[in-house]
Amino acid sequence: MSRIATRFAKVKAEGRGALIPFLEAYDPDPATSMALLRGFPGAGADLIEIGVPFTDPMADGPTVQRAGQRGLKAGATLAGTLAMVRDFRREDDATPVILMGYYNPILSYGVERFCTDAAASGVDGLIVVDVPPEEADEIEPATQANGLDLIRLVAPTTDDERLPRVLSGTSGFIYYVAITGITGTRSATSEALAAAIPRVRAHTTLPIAIGFGVRTPEQAAEAARIADAAVVASNLDEQGRAKPDAVRKVLDQVRALAEAVRAVRKAA
Amino acid sequence: MNKPLPNSFRQGPDARGRFGQFGGRFVAETLMPLILEVEQAYEAAKKDPAFETEWRRLLKDYVGRPSPLWYADRLTKHLRAKAAPGHGAKVYFKRDELNHTGAHKINAVLGQILLAKRMGKTRIIAETGAGQHGVATATACALFDLPCTVFMGATDVERQQPNVFRMKLLGAEVIPVTSGASTLKDAMNEALRYWVANVHDTYYCIGTVAGPHPYPVMVRDFQSVIGEETRAQMMAAEGRLPDALVAAIGGGSNAMGLFYPFLDDESVAMYGVEAAGHGVDTDQHAASLTKGRPGVLHGNRTYLLQDEYGQILEAHSISAGLDYPGIGPEHSWLHELGRVNYVHATDQEALDAFQLCSKLEGIIPALEPAHAVAYVLRLAPTLPADKLVVMNMCGRGDKDIFTVAKHLGVEL
Repeated sequence: MSRIATRFAKVKAEGRGALIPFLEAYDPDPATSMALLRGFPGAGADLIEIGVPFTDPMADGPTVQRAGQRGLKAGATLAGTLAMVRDFRREDDATPVILMGYYNPILSYGVERFCTDAAASGVDGLIVVDVPPEEADEIEPATQANGLDLIRLVAPTTDDERLPRVLSGTSGFIYYVAITGITGTRSATSEALAAAIPRVRAHTTLPIAIGFGVRTPEQAAEAARIADAAVVASNLDEQGRAKPDAVRKVLDQVRALAEAVRAVRKAA
Repeated sequence: MNKPLPNSFRQGPDARGRFGQFGGRFVAETLMPLILEVEQAYEAAKKDPAFETEWRRLLKDYVGRPSPLWYADRLTKHLRAKAAPGHGAKVYFKRDELNHTGAHKINAVLGQILLAKRMGKTRIIAETGAGQHGVATATACALFDLPCTVFMGATDVERQQPNVFRMKLLGAEVIPVTSGASTLKDAMNEALRYWVANVHDTYYCIGTVAGPHPYPVMVRDFQSVIGEETRAQMMAAEGRLPDALVAAIGGGSNAMGLFYPFLDDESVAMYGVEAAGHGVDTDQHAASLTKGRPGVLHGNRTYLLQDEYGQILEAHSISAGLDYPGIGPEHSWLHELGRVNYVHATDQEALDAFQLCSKLEGIIPALEPAHAVAYVLRLAPTLPADKLVVMNMCGRGDKDIFTVAKHLGVEL
C-alpha cells in the first residue's frame, strides 16, 4: 500500500480528520523551508504538500505568488525540491509528501525522468495544477509506472456530468478546490461545502481533502468534518518567515490546526 | 526537418485543440468546464447564419471594413532606388490601422462579444499590452452596454497612457498589474485569475491567437477577414495572388489573420516578424520562435522564452504589443513545418522604419507593424521588381508618439 493510502487508513482507524499543511519550497531560503518540512510531522501534519515555485502561478493568489517569487529568488528548482524530499525521507519514511506545481518546469525537466526521480526521492503524489483530465495522458503513464499518485483537483464548477471523467484517472485522494477562485483569497461557506462534498463522494471511495481558502483552525476542522482532510496553505505564509522565530511560529500554527482537525471525530 | 507535410495547412486544430503537438487546454480544473462551454458556444455560433450576419454588419458599418489595400508607391520607389537593377518588389499595405479603434483587434473582439452575449455572460474582462485590444474591448462593451475590466501591466500603463485614458473614456475599468515584470504576460495571468473567481457571469475576451483552445482557433477565424479581403483586393488590383506576406508577431493574431487564407497557396511566401528588442543575442528581446523552445503557459503548448528549468523569462520590446514571451500555438506549428518564415527586427530597426514610413507614405504606423515595415525594408529590395509584397499595417501609431519621441530625445 502506498504511503498516502496507509496514512489515510491510519487516520480513518483513529476516527479523526487529517491535516495537510503546505509549504513553498525554498521560501524564503532552503534552510528555513527544510526546517519547516522536518518540523511538520512533529507538529501534527498527517500529509505534507510542497509547492514548487513557478514564475506564472495562474491558480495562486498574492500570498503564494510572493512565496513562489521568494523561493525562485532563493534558487528553487524542481531538482532542489526533490533534494529536500530526499533529505526529509532520511528521517521520516511514513509521512506522505505531495508536490504541487505547474506543468512547464516538469516538461522542462522531462516528464518521465521527473517521475522516476520524484519516486526515487520519496515523493508520493503529484498535483499538476494546469494539467486537467483532458491533458492528463501526457503524464499519467509516467506517474503510474513510478507508483506516484496523480491527485486531481475537483472544483465547484466540475458538474455531475464531468465528475466521473475527472475522477477516473485519480488516485491517492481527491483535492476539492473549495472556491471558484485562486488560493488564499475567499473562503467557502460550510453550507457550500456540505452540499458539494457528498456530490463528489457519490462518485469515489477515495478520501477527500479540502483546500483553497482554508485558514483558521475552525475552518480546518470544518473542512475535515465535512470531508476527510484540510489543506492549509496561505495563512502559514503570512507569519513572515524571514523573522528569526518564524519556523517556531509556523509550527505552532500547524500544531493549533492539527489539534482542531484531530478533534474532529469521524466514523472509523 | 523531415516530417511529412500535411495535405492542408488549414486543417487544424484537432479535437483536442492541437496544431500538431501545439495548443491544447492546459488550465486548472476550475476553468475547464468554462473553456468547454466557450468551445460549444463558438461551434454553435459558427453554424448560425444570424451570428455571422450580425458580425459582418458590425465590421462594415461600425469598424469600416473592408480596410483598403494600399500600394505604397513612394516606399516601393525608395527601395528600388537602392536595390540591384530589376529588383525591388511592389509593396502593398493592408490598412487595418484604419479600422475603428485603430488596429485589427476590433475584428475578433466584436466576434467574441457577440459570442459572450449568446452565452448570457454579463461582464467582460480582457488583458492588454499596447492597449489596442483593451481599447477595442472597451469600445465593444460600450456599444453593447456591458461592464468591462481590462488588466494591463503597470509598465504598459505607464508607456501607453493615451490608450489607458481612451479605455477609461469608454467606460472601462483599467486594473494595473504589478506582478512579474508588469507587462502583457502578467496581465494575462491576472485576467485568468480574475476569471477563475468570476466564472459564473464573466467572459474573458482574449486578444490574440494564444490561450487555451478554442481561443487560438476562434481569434484566428475572426481575424482571417484580413487575409480574405487581401486575397480579393489583390486579385482586383493585380489579377493574381501576392508573392509574399509580412506581418509583425507578438501573440500573432494579425499575422495569423493575414496568413491563414493563403496557407495552402504554395506560391505565397510568408514572413512573421518577431520583436528582437536589443537583439536576439542579448537577453532583451521577445523572439519566442527564434530563441525559445516548446513549453506550456497560459493554457497552451507553444514556443516560450524560458530558462533551463522551465521558468518563464521576461520578454522585452519597445513595442508593448509584442512584449510577450510566448506565441500562438498555430505559429509554433507552422514554424516547425517550415510553412512560415519567422524573422525578427530590433527596437532600433522598428524606430527607423516608423519614421521612414511616416515620411514616405504619410502613414504613422504603430510600433508593432513598424517591425513588419522594418523587415519589408530588408526583403523587398532582394526580390525582382515584378514581385508583390503585402504587409499588414495592423495598427496606427498615434498611441506610440510619446514613446517614440522619448527614444528620439524629443520633449513633447
